[in-house]
Amino acid sequence: MTTAADERRQARPESNEIRVALIGNPNTGKTTLFNALTGHRAHVGNYSGVTVEKREGPLRRAEKKVSIVDLPGSYSLSAHSPDELVAVRVLLGDMEKEPRPDVVVIVADASNLERNLFLATQVIELGVPSILVLNMMDLATANGLEIDTQALSEALGVPVLPVVARTQQGLDKLAELMQAPEELTKPAPLPVYPEEFLQERDRLRERLEKLNVPENLLQPFLVKRPLVEIGGMVEQEILRAAGDEARQAIEEARKTLTEKGHRLRSMEASCRYRWIRRECGPAIKETKPSGHSSKERTDKVDSILTHRVWGTALFLILMTTVFQAIYAWSAPLMDMIDGFFVGLGNLVSGIVPAGPIQSFLVDGVIAGVGGVLVFLPQICVLFLFIALLEDIGYMARAAFLMDRLLSRIGLSGRSFIPMLSSFACAVPGIMSTRTIDDRRDRLATILVAPLMSCSARLPVYTIFIAAFIPQRNFFWFFNLQGLVLLVMYLVGIIVAIPVTFILKKTLLKAKTPSFLIELPPYRRPLVKNVFYRMYERGREFVIRAGTIILAVSIVIWALTYYPRPDAIAEDHEHRVEFINGVYTEKLAGVGFDASAIPAPGSGEDLFEYIAASDLSATDDQKDVLDAWIAKLHVLETQVEGAYLRQSYLARAGKVVAPVVEPLGWDWRVGMAVIASFPAREVIVATLGVIFDLGGDVDEGDQGLIQKIRDAKWPDGRPLFTIPVAIGLMVFFALCMQCAATLAIMKRETNGWRWPIFAFVYMTGLAYLGALIVYQGLSMIL
Amino acid sequence: MADIIPLDTLSPGQSGIVSSIEGEDSLVQRLYEMGLLEGSRIEFLRKAPLGDPMEVRIEDRFNLSLRRADAHLILIEL
Repeated sequence: MTTAADERRQARPESNEIRVALIGNPNTGKTTLFNALTGHRAHVGNYSGVTVEKREGPLRRAEKKVSIVDLPGSYSLSAHSPDELVAVRVLLGDMEKEPRPDVVVIVADASNLERNLFLATQVIELGVPSILVLNMMDLATANGLEIDTQALSEALGVPVLPVVARTQQGLDKLAELMQAPEELTKPAPLPVYPEEFLQERDRLRERLEKLNVPENLLQPFLVKRPLVEIGGMVEQEILRAAGDEARQAIEEARKTLTEKGHRLRSMEASCRYRWIRRECGPAIKETKPSGHSSKERTDKVDSILTHRVWGTALFLILMTTVFQAIYAWSAPLMDMIDGFFVGLGNLVSGIVPAGPIQSFLVDGVIAGVGGVLVFLPQICVLFLFIALLEDIGYMARAAFLMDRLLSRIGLSGRSFIPMLSSFACAVPGIMSTRTIDDRRDRLATILVAPLMSCSARLPVYTIFIAAFIPQRNFFWFFNLQGLVLLVMYLVGIIVAIPVTFILKKTLLKAKTPSFLIELPPYRRPLVKNVFYRMYERGREFVIRAGTIILAVSIVIWALTYYPRPDAIAEDHEHRVEFINGVYTEKLAGVGFDASAIPAPGSGEDLFEYIAASDLSATDDQKDVLDAWIAKLHVLETQVEGAYLRQSYLARAGKVVAPVVEPLGWDWRVGMAVIASFPAREVIVATLGVIFDLGGDVDEGDQGLIQKIRDAKWPDGRPLFTIPVAIGLMVFFALCMQCAATLAIMKRETNGWRWPIFAFVYMTGLAYLGALIVYQGLSMIL
Repeated sequence: MADIIPLDTLSPGQSGIVSSIEGEDSLVQRLYEMGLLEGSRIEFLRKAPLGDPMEVRIEDRFNLSLRRADAHLILIEL
């Protein structure tokens, strides 16, 4: 009988590539080893069908083609989280499009060997040629450990190599072993379990075989999982395949073993640890550490960093610094990127003649790409900090400090980093939820992460604050504008609290999660690794978020550009002709004969003609010429506005007008909000075009601020009052106007269900928030 | 007979030997895999500033963080 897994193995392409998998506990320096072996040339992707990150790279300076896969860090193959399940399935050759590795490298922390050997014995049991790497040997020696690698290798039946990944010590030997998998033998199964247990396992296997349980679940390693791991992933899969009869077979086997006096739930742990102590214990000798051990150093640092007063203070200072860095330090770079794309747009406008192609390139493509890349500095700064703090070992402490607060709303400290990241951008925030092993916790975190005020909301706040909130100081140092900005940031957090609470009580109901994490020893960060991590994250953001934002920007561009009725163009031409006539006369009035000037179609035409031809004009005459150019420019922004006001998007704005009227918005605001669907910050440019200023405005533009203040309803009432402006800001604080976030949610939750849910609930909250603020403030003010 | 008390009632700095671990199977197995099992020497290092979770040290080798509610189910022999 051939199973799907067999076929996949057979379908494996005939190649001479050697496939190596790295597996190990978290905090064993596995990724450092991976980076050292591949020379920072990893390809980051996803395993097919699941949202577990896959890092793969070639072995550098190798004679043969060796491809190394960095499996997710795990404590055990019993697979509690999707990450761990992927590791098991890759090692068993049961993962789609993922040939079974030829060699498995088990990375162990030499200072904490006993615990690490638990996973090692599981991996060896799978029967793939394996190498045990003892990483951080230098620390182990400093801590007073002596490890007899020869004895260890004999006990386990696999080669054992001491290395120091950070300094690349011992890696040449490892690379050599990797390139000769034929010399590694399949390790013999370790006699970990008692005979009685193995007999029961074989009986269960026979019974399940008759029940048509797929053969890939009947491999010796997997078929015993239901016996030692109650309710685990393997048991669930077997029951899904064979139902009640399988349940009965499993329960009977469990009963037999229990009657014979075995405690099943601690069976695997006690058997493995007993075996490890008996067989490997003699290879590990403990002596007095020379000098200060890393443990003592970590304890000293921890007593400050998790101290009730100092720890909390340092945490707050650190988080403030991160925020300051995200918003202030990246500003110059962001301005440069913004300036570059504006310049590029102008350049293209100069080369490509005006028309749909020019508009598509400039307003669609260039503006779209620029709109994504402008956030890259913030993303990089954020990930520089996260990678640095993670490398040092502080991130686990931050989660430790925040766990209590997050537990009040049903989450755990693990949600802290995703939430923090979301203040820069929800896209990397949602991606970093993968480390949350509880599915419901992870979903709840994904669903509320976009409520954190991301950097794309900042331009929206900036312009409305500049336009409507007076620049006033009170209590010596509080600035009213700054205070309002702070309140806008708090709105998201405050709303996220009840939302999470309700989600965890209803849709994602589960018992309070545990918060069981390792607090790794503090380490000096490896600068190269930190920057590489930042680079990887930045690239991922550009690819994932960038392509979506660009695609949606182009759609929105088309909706704002079309249709192009001739009537508007003709009307515009008449106006230009009229103005040309008026100014030709005016020039004649100051003694200048303009009949030689070819009738200009635009201000740019006229400007260029004057610049190119050697006109001798008096100052008076020059003033009139300049006024002529300026007037033509005004006509152009007006026609741009005229087109937009009858575009498909404007029609949509008019459709939603009755819906948004209770918020104090007219159809133009409704339209700008729809246009900002791909990305919130687009609203600034859209408002610019609607109010006849052209699209080249930014949030600091005094012209736009003035226009927004002056905008009126048809009956002459001002459009933007303080209640409308604050309501609009609240709307943007709570809404889900971000195509990239929705796309990333779809990918991370494997379907459209949750992104649609998030869009509906957030838009609902945003509407409600804006309604309450507008109506409430209108009554007071 | 030695005193047997839940882990969460230890005071910082105190240590003992794990005598039994109760609670849900999945959590117990997680603890085992992470190296916390019956017979392990455990030291209560400190509480987080807000009182929960707590940091413990196992076998003088590595540090774990766990919530007091879970620690309550771990019995320690002093």
